Amino acid sequence: MKLAKSIEEIRSDFPILSTKAHGKPLIYLDNGATTQKPLQVISVMEELYRTTNANVHRGVHYLSDRVSDRYEAARETVRAFINARSREEIIFTAGTTASINAIAFSFGERYVGEGDEIVISGMEHHANIVPWQMLCERRKARLKVIPFSEEGVLDLEAYRSLLSERTRIVAVTHVSNVLGTVNPVKEIVAEAHRQGIPVLVDGAQGIQHGLVDVTDIDCDFYVFSGHKVYGPNGIGVLYGKAELLNELPPYQGGGDMVANVTFEKTTYNVLPFKFEAGTTNFTGAIGLGTALDYLSALGREAVAEREQVLLAGATAGLSAIEGLRIYGTAPHKVSVISFLPGQIHQYDAGMILDKMGIAVRTGTHCAQPLMERYGITGNIRASMAFYNTEEEIEALVKGVKKVTEMFA
Amino acid sequence: MNINEIQDQIVEEFAQFGDWMERYEYLIDLGRSLAPFDERHKTPEYLIEGCQSKVWLYPSFENGIITFSAESDALITRGIVALLVRVFSGRTPAEIVGANIYFIEKIGLRENLSPTRSNGLLAMMKQMRLYALAYKSKQ
Ligand SMILES: Cc1ncc(COP(=O)(O)O)c(C=O)c1O
Repeated sequence: MKLAKSIEEIRSDFPILSTKAHGKPLIYLDNGATTQKPLQVISVMEELYRTTNANVHRGVHYLSDRVSDRYEAARETVRAFINARSREEIIFTAGTTASINAIAFSFGERYVGEGDEIVISGMEHHANIVPWQMLCERRKARLKVIPFSEEGVLDLEAYRSLLSERTRIVAVTHVSNVLGTVNPVKEIVAEAHRQGIPVLVDGAQGIQHGLVDVTDIDCDFYVFSGHKVYGPNGIGVLYGKAELLNELPPYQGGGDMVANVTFEKTTYNVLPFKFEAGTTNFTGAIGLGTALDYLSALGREAVAEREQVLLAGATAGLSAIEGLRIYGTAPHKVSVISFLPGQIHQYDAGMILDKMGIAVRTGTHCAQPLMERYGITGNIRASMAFYNTEEEIEALVKGVKKVTEMFA
Repeated sequence: MNINEIQDQIVEEFAQFGDWMERYEYLIDLGRSLAPFDERHKTPEYLIEGCQSKVWLYPSFENGIITFSAESDALITRGIVALLVRVFSGRTPAEIVGANIYFIEKIGLRENLSPTRSNGLLAMMKQMRLYALAYKSKQ
């Protein structure tokens, strides 16, 4: 598979990549935290404010109609991108965190009671831990955690034994933001469904690295953030199966989510509007649609392949450094690599790399339980996107070598 | 030497370095030569938790003088900790409370004190002042 554009063309689509950091060419390897935006996205946002700004679904006038059409077209783009069955199953939210909180609240209200159990995994981002803990506290329910191996592979045996007649929902990450592991979500879903338990998949790190087909995975909810898939921030998606979404109470009340309001009784609007209270981030949604179109035009499989090449290069280069330890060596990974060089503190290494113009993330990556599992206080994470180059990976490896010399 | 004279001295020391690499190498050396921290004081009470690195700060007060000892798990942070101890330790509470700290900015390490870095250094400086205020009110 070949990308539809050359690397030079791709890089020129992302103006920020020509930034100088501390006087050096910026090497942006923190794509797991947020991705950069192509000109296509930047200009559509500007164009919207210049030419097509009005509130969506709230006017019969020209501008409102135009922007509403584009908002709904963005919803269709998202639907097609993740292969959902219908547009009403695509709800725009503020991001992954907002989507998970919405489900933890609505689903919890409807289905979770005292003594019930929620199953998550040991490699979750705090966003897929804390909302469930809050729910457990509200409802006196219990959290069960799927363990994983040293390599960063979920223990499916243990997972099966965790499922019980008290399990109300399973919430697992598609891809670990620290280890890069791609979890076998299809199997996880199938196992839960055998016992009638719905599954939420946190797709924050899954959506940007290739094909995601929610119909094939058969998950009940799939959530992700626009800013991690080359789109704007403040926009995200909550995909949910219509049957289930129809059963859930709304989690926010306000305008647009209602059909009829009197002081005695309010009836709710249909999907997806029932879950989109208030003026939504329609510019963000349209920007996200543009970002997804950009990826589709580049070729999503080609993007994934390209990122695998970068991952292999980084893995080979970094593994060759004496004393360096890589966290996450699962057979099936995305282009995320976490490591620690010898006994060097991640913050020390990150600071020196930053001075070289290299942006990586240091710390716990919002996954403290995972760090505890490995007995470390944090590590360094390089996360690559298709616009990164072999030269940048070489610079990273060289930079880490220099760090090990400085702190030797 | 008073606090400002020590600050000026540090600024002068750093002025001899040509580039950032030399400055950081010097910080690493300073971090390595920081006086050892009594392990018994590595307790939550003296821990200043940063998201990125941890700092421990232990004060003592005798004859009107505050002595600080400190420690960090990251070496560069430790180097800056060493500088802060050099400036603040062995001072009266009044000197510390009245101090205007400018050397960090002048030696080009300001980013290390930004709240978003969350490395414990900013909190350490605040904590030093708080100890000084507490001792001052006891005097
Ligand atoms: C796996 C995972 N889940 C959830 C999130 C939270 O995403 P957001 O902060 O965009 O809501 C992240 C982002 O770092 C993530 O990596």
